[in-house]
Amino acid sequence: MNPFLATVRRDVLLAMRRKSEVLTAVFFFVIVTSLFPLGIGPEPVLLKKIAPGILWVAALLATLLGLPRLFAADHGDGTLEQMVLSPSPLGLLVAGKILAHWLLCGLPLVLLAPVLGLQFDLDASALGVLTLALLLGTPLLSLIGAIGAALTLGVRGGGVLLALLVLPLYIPALIFGAGAVEAHIAGLDVGGHLSLLAAMLVLAAFFAPWATTAGLRIALE
Amino acid sequence: MGDHGGIEDCIRVSQSIVQWFRFASPQSFYPLAGRMVPWFWAAAAIFGIAGLWMSFFVAPTDAQQGEGYRIIFVHVPASWMSMFIYLVMAFWAGLGLALNTRVSSMMAQALAPTGALMAALSLWTGALWGKPMWGAWWVWDARLTSELILFFLYLGFMALQAAIDDPRRADKAGAILALVGVVNIPIIYFSVKWWNTLHQGSSVNLAKSSMATTMLWGMLLMALAFWMYSIAVALMRVRAIILERERHTEWVKHAVA
Repeated sequence: MNPFLATVRRDVLLAMRRKSEVLTAVFFFVIVTSLFPLGIGPEPVLLKKIAPGILWVAALLATLLGLPRLFAADHGDGTLEQMVLSPSPLGLLVAGKILAHWLLCGLPLVLLAPVLGLQFDLDASALGVLTLALLLGTPLLSLIGAIGAALTLGVRGGGVLLALLVLPLYIPALIFGAGAVEAHIAGLDVGGHLSLLAAMLVLAAFFAPWATTAGLRIALE
Repeated sequence: MGDHGGIEDCIRVSQSIVQWFRFASPQSFYPLAGRMVPWFWAAAAIFGIAGLWMSFFVAPTDAQQGEGYRIIFVHVPASWMSMFIYLVMAFWAGLGLALNTRVSSMMAQALAPTGALMAALSLWTGALWGKPMWGAWWVWDARLTSELILFFLYLGFMALQAAIDDPRRADKAGAILALVGVVNIPIIYFSVKWWNTLHQGSSVNLAKSSMATTMLWGMLLMALAFWMYSIAVALMRVRAIILERERHTEWVKHAVA
């Protein structure tokens, strides 16, 4: 089997056998978005205005929650060292792990976002833009996050450190992702925002597995 | 005969390269840095005194902003240095990663706190300037926001280095983070800029008045003073890092004794 697909399949299978970890991040996303109206008040106009930002920030944090586990288990039982030694290129295997992380952590957020958007009184077309923006943005979050996960692998206080390293790098995705929905609500064209998100995704898809691989090699030295 | 000349040239070139690489060893860089530090301190003092004199006594009072504008003589050089130091830091970190030269990585580590200091100073003086001029300590202006993010990037670099016990691993991990940061800085800058223009008509309008020549000179002299100060402090810090990391070697025992 293709080593890339084999890695994806393995990681998804492992996660499916221990569903609670995946579900934790999803429930976190739901709870955080539901807290905001309770803190701010049930004013529909205000909620509609801040909905894109809230959903995106919550998606950012939910992605972050799953990142420390991306390499930790494989590092703990020595699988990661076997991957480094295997004849297939490490970058390919890492790309497979990142894709699996997105399927488990990012895709559920994309699918849930329209439902949560209803809580904030977003109309159907705005929900469509939100879903599309998250579909382009969440893989970007997984790709950038993987670099941070590799650099903080096995480091003291890795989880908090990971947030400190990765969150500033998430800012462009947040700006254009939430900006697309806001532009749509304001009646503007969203093509520019989505194109920029897609451009960043292409750039990250090319460079991030490479940087992650370098980070993993350093961690395993 | 011509061949002989070529070979001699080659030898001479490689000798001069070897001469330079000699300073990639901590043992020979330590005394060199020690000899350079006083010169950079002296240059920082001279430029600083000249710059302060220029900015306080020679530069005219601004027609629109009064005396309060004089904070830019600290603010602008600090902002310039905070951005420049990040590039220099990433350069040394990348060099250390590519060539495995330890002093390069130590230099990157030594530059980070100064860069963070400059970013913090720039934000702080910006707030002090913004309160009387704009009536707010903080506005979500594109430049302020990107400076804040740059400050976070410095903090991340220092936190990552501090969290990893093995210095060689810390160097390499920090280098990758610094290089990822360098790629991201333009992306972050432009996204923040576009975000700002999309959200609101810029609430802040810097009056684009042509600057008096004496003001520009004051600012340039202060920038040179900040630059020299940064080099002097980074060299002092790199000396401390060298001593700490090479403490098991004979030459350090002699140098400290």
